[in-house]
Amino acid sequence: MGDNVAIELRNISKYFGNNAANKNINLKVNRGEILSILGENGSGKTTLMNMIAGIYYPDEGQIFIDGQEVTIKSPKDAFDYKIGMVHQHFKLVDVFSAAENIVLGLNEKFNLKKAVASVAEISHKYGFEIDPKKKVYEMSVSEKQTVEIIKVLYRGADILILDEPTAVLTPQETQKLFAVLRKMKENGKSIIIITHKLHEVLSLSDKVAVLRKGEYIGTVNTAETNESELTEMMVGEKVILNIERSEPKNTEDRLIVKDLDCINRDGVMVLDDVTFTARSGEILGIAGIAGSGQRELLEAIAGLQKLDNGEIFYNDPSTGNVENLRNKTPIQIRDLGVRLSFVPEDRLGMGLVGNMDIIDNMMLRSYKKGHSIFLERKAPKDLAQHVIESLNVVTPGATTPVRRLSGGNVQKVLVGREIASAPTVLLAAYPVRGLDIGASYTIYNLLNEQKEKGVAVVFVGEDLDVLLELCDRIMVIGSGKVTGIVDGRTATKEEIGLLMTKTQSMYEKEGL
Amino acid sequence: MLSFIVSAIRLGMAFLFGSTGETIAEKSGHLNLGIPGVMCVGAAMGCYAEYLYLDYARLNAIPFLAIIIPILATLIGGALMGLLYSFLTVTLRANQNVTGLALTTFGVGLSDYMINKTGPIYTKGSKFFTTSLPFADELGWFGKIFLSHGILIYLAIIIALLTSFVLTKTRVGLHLRSVGENPATADAVGINVAKYRYLATCIGCGIAGLGGLSFVMDYLHGNWEYCIDAIGWLAIALVIFTVWKPNLGIIGSIVFGALYIASSYITGVSFANKELFKMLPYVVTIVVLIITSIMDKKENQPPLGLGLNYFREER
Amino acid sequence: MEKAIKKVKTVPFHIVKRDPMAWYYNLLVRAGAVIAALLVSAVFITLMTQKNPIEVYASMIDGAFGIKTNNPDLRSLRIWSLLQNVAILLCISLAVTPAFKMRFWNCGAEGQVLVGGLATVMVMMFLGDKLSMPVLIIVMILASVIAGIIWAVLPAVFKALWNTNETLFTLMMNYVAIQLVAFFLKYFVKSGSGVLSPMPQFGLPRIAGKDYLLNIIIVAVITILVYIYLKFTKQGYEISVVGESENTAKYIGINVKKVIIRTLIVSGAICGIAGLLLVGGTNHTISTTTAGGRGFTAIMVSWLAKFDPLYMVFTTFLIVFFDIGAQQVSTDFRIPNAISDIVTGIILFFIIGCEFFLQYKIVLNKNRKENA
Repeated sequence: MGDNVAIELRNISKYFGNNAANKNINLKVNRGEILSILGENGSGKTTLMNMIAGIYYPDEGQIFIDGQEVTIKSPKDAFDYKIGMVHQHFKLVDVFSAAENIVLGLNEKFNLKKAVASVAEISHKYGFEIDPKKKVYEMSVSEKQTVEIIKVLYRGADILILDEPTAVLTPQETQKLFAVLRKMKENGKSIIIITHKLHEVLSLSDKVAVLRKGEYIGTVNTAETNESELTEMMVGEKVILNIERSEPKNTEDRLIVKDLDCINRDGVMVLDDVTFTARSGEILGIAGIAGSGQRELLEAIAGLQKLDNGEIFYNDPSTGNVENLRNKTPIQIRDLGVRLSFVPEDRLGMGLVGNMDIIDNMMLRSYKKGHSIFLERKAPKDLAQHVIESLNVVTPGATTPVRRLSGGNVQKVLVGREIASAPTVLLAAYPVRGLDIGASYTIYNLLNEQKEKGVAVVFVGEDLDVLLELCDRIMVIGSGKVTGIVDGRTATKEEIGLLMTKTQSMYEKEGL
Repeated sequence: MLSFIVSAIRLGMAFLFGSTGETIAEKSGHLNLGIPGVMCVGAAMGCYAEYLYLDYARLNAIPFLAIIIPILATLIGGALMGLLYSFLTVTLRANQNVTGLALTTFGVGLSDYMINKTGPIYTKGSKFFTTSLPFADELGWFGKIFLSHGILIYLAIIIALLTSFVLTKTRVGLHLRSVGENPATADAVGINVAKYRYLATCIGCGIAGLGGLSFVMDYLHGNWEYCIDAIGWLAIALVIFTVWKPNLGIIGSIVFGALYIASSYITGVSFANKELFKMLPYVVTIVVLIITSIMDKKENQPPLGLGLNYFREER
Repeated sequence: MEKAIKKVKTVPFHIVKRDPMAWYYNLLVRAGAVIAALLVSAVFITLMTQKNPIEVYASMIDGAFGIKTNNPDLRSLRIWSLLQNVAILLCISLAVTPAFKMRFWNCGAEGQVLVGGLATVMVMMFLGDKLSMPVLIIVMILASVIAGIIWAVLPAVFKALWNTNETLFTLMMNYVAIQLVAFFLKYFVKSGSGVLSPMPQFGLPRIAGKDYLLNIIIVAVITILVYIYLKFTKQGYEISVVGESENTAKYIGINVKKVIIRTLIVSGAICGIAGLLLVGGTNHTISTTTAGGRGFTAIMVSWLAKFDPLYMVFTTFLIVFFDIGAQQVSTDFRIPNAISDIVTGIILFFIIGCEFFLQYKIVLNKNRKENA
């Protein structure tokens, strides 16, 4: 048994500043074995894998390959040990062709023609479809992933790491990928796959290692476990969320979205005929596989996304007027008197400015007020103080750059600011991603408070349990299409899961 | 007309060395604004070495040594400047624009200082560099345009073609371009980003230095002028003008050379208008820059990672 | 199993980004860098001059403040000249700062200053004897400011519309400006010498009998204005947001294109004023080297001061001090004037390099052998 161990980690720790991203992690993968690393967002899965791949360097601990202690100080070292990683964010050179990307970094004789041929051969062997001469900037997301996987195969890696490979794939493509992985396993390769999807873990892997908030919880054999045990390991306690949910009161149609179409720069239809209504005093959940158009939908409503078709009507509760928000800038929307707040997915890259302090970040929404050319810092200062106190933001002070706060506190600052303007519509994209349980509940409570105040809340989430306990209605989208809108009180997980993949199954039925 | 073309070629090759060197650095992601300084130092090193050698050899100077010694000195001088730049930007992660400009200030000063030591006349040494192929005169205009030049002219073309070949057809070139386009990707596949950037910058600076030497020893016939930095800025312009392709640079450099001296060869142009003519290379470059950015063709854009330092654990 | 695996050496250290440090640490590192630079320059100069480095430094300080001379006029001349140089360089540094804060790499200050100066000199030449002094001054201000704005806003417009690389664009604009001045000198100077004789009679007025006092006052005012603009106005706030994160700017509805263009108008206008001060308030004539590379030095000054106008007073002073000091050394010890550029270069290298120690720290790896 011991002889068969391909890679072993002992007591690996990694710190970013004072935060432990990984703490005393132990892992073992045998040859011809698929190990899933399971954990919620922010549990340290990717950091851990980056250390094996030589992207990060561990602060403490040892790595053994075939029983020998090794030091992996660069991706080159990792490659020498036949470790290959497919990153979640593709690492490809845009202006290069697929073949050029695949042979990049190798020391063999440079012969692009030969490379093209062997890429074609690998593609054929595993059933990939790829034009080796196509430039990466012309490729779709799944084509890019294919290039990444072929890149690792081409290098003859024995230990493969895949970081959330299915996040961007259709179920069909996922099945294809899993078939490839099983084939590789038969060939004696070791595969580590990062995921947070339980059914994938159960269907694919031999063993599951669970991480929680950077700590190693344990490894179990897939055959001897089940969903509820894994979930328990992952979240630490039984998932009875107990999120309060009040009955919607005095609902009226606040936001009427009709026939939205949006084609992105790659020519992909990211929003396809999206129609729905968000009501005041209600939380509308949006469920779907990551990248199904959630971001574009919210950004379109907030005035950040150009649309190709459709209308967004806003019923003004104070005047009774109906305004069309389509293709208006955020400023124009605000000037119409629409009190729309938006908590974007990318907190520090979009919602807040990392290098500015809390006060200046509070000002982002309000700095334009008044006719003076000078900034007015008194009100933002009070607001910062208010947010810090009422939401228990842990910070040395209001003049601390938000970059230095922890994820949960960053989100409290952002949400605190967005609800401070007494919105009538609140859009929130993955507002609890990466947050601990306590901070998550703070956010749920805030959303509920807003709902009770009569705000139309739109909540994009990824955790179905949360969606089912928090939302009054849940809209499911798949590949930019609305596949169903269900009642949050009566719907089941399976029902939503089914809707999430509905368009793709229709696609399959058409025989394509 | 003939002498105009010949002059344009001879001046153009000074630009070509500079732009080839800068292209190599830019392909690795280094926007090296120190090139003007590098060309000054390269020229000064070469001239200084020539001065020392001729002083030592007196009348017995061997032509081969009289040529190879200054070239080596220039390469070393340029490479050392590149090393300084790389140390600051790669190892110490300093801002590239600021480092480059500081390098130019330093380089201009250093070269002026060195030239002050020896005096600005190197006509004796220049003779070795302007010796043309023996049968050039017998072949009329053909010989004049293609064969009448000194060694540095041919060296410039060879280096440009070689660079072009290496960049597009070899693994080293592929790796170098990946480092400039997307260093994180290059790093992930095991390419040593720091090594490539150091080497590309040092080699590039060495080549650029030859541009300074070529300008003084060939184009100016050994009469030093304190304007080599201006040649350096034109070399940077040439990189854009030729959309980062050294083989196009051969034509582009001659065009630049022609534009730069055109006024002196066209009769009836006033002294004042000559200055407007000299403006042309810059204006043309701006136009090219604008057109390529409007067309937004991926292949003609500056390397994506240009001007950005890479730090693996940045987050 | 018995595969031979290459033994990789353990790396002795690695580098991590550090949290912002206390101000005194920052000060200490920077002061250390300056001292190190002084030592290296001293070694360098000593090698060249074979003189005692203390004497060399004395000569430097003498050049800047006139400490050695007993002639009060000479001393005051040197100090005024130091202040004047500080004022001009500071003015240009202030000009590039709003653009830099927005991450718009305006490397075209040299050209923007020059066209500002060119506009001034043209007004002096053609309208000098036709307008009354107050009107003339107003026209000079307007002309220089507009010229500076045109030169700066052109790259900005293309950046805003098509994302044209501004570093390269602005660099090229410098040389277009230089050639424009060269053309002007050849075209309008009747003698054909290309040298325009100074026209002090049309220059900016002297205040309290001091040549440069007006320049210094104007720059002091601009310093305060730029400081207030960046720190306390809505436009300054927008510049920070765009510079920090263009995504955030779009998210809150800032029109990024408009901010880019507006900021470069400010940047160009101040450059134009610097040209006015150089031509109208100092030289009373123009040449292709009127800006004298200050447009480039200003970039470094601004960056070294972390784009803070108040720190910039110190960094400007430092650079000018070394520049003038080294010139004095070259006179006193009969070594080439170029020494000043070399010393400036060395100082810059050290200050640029020391930033590394403010932003990163080197962590020694613990011995991880015990379990092997």
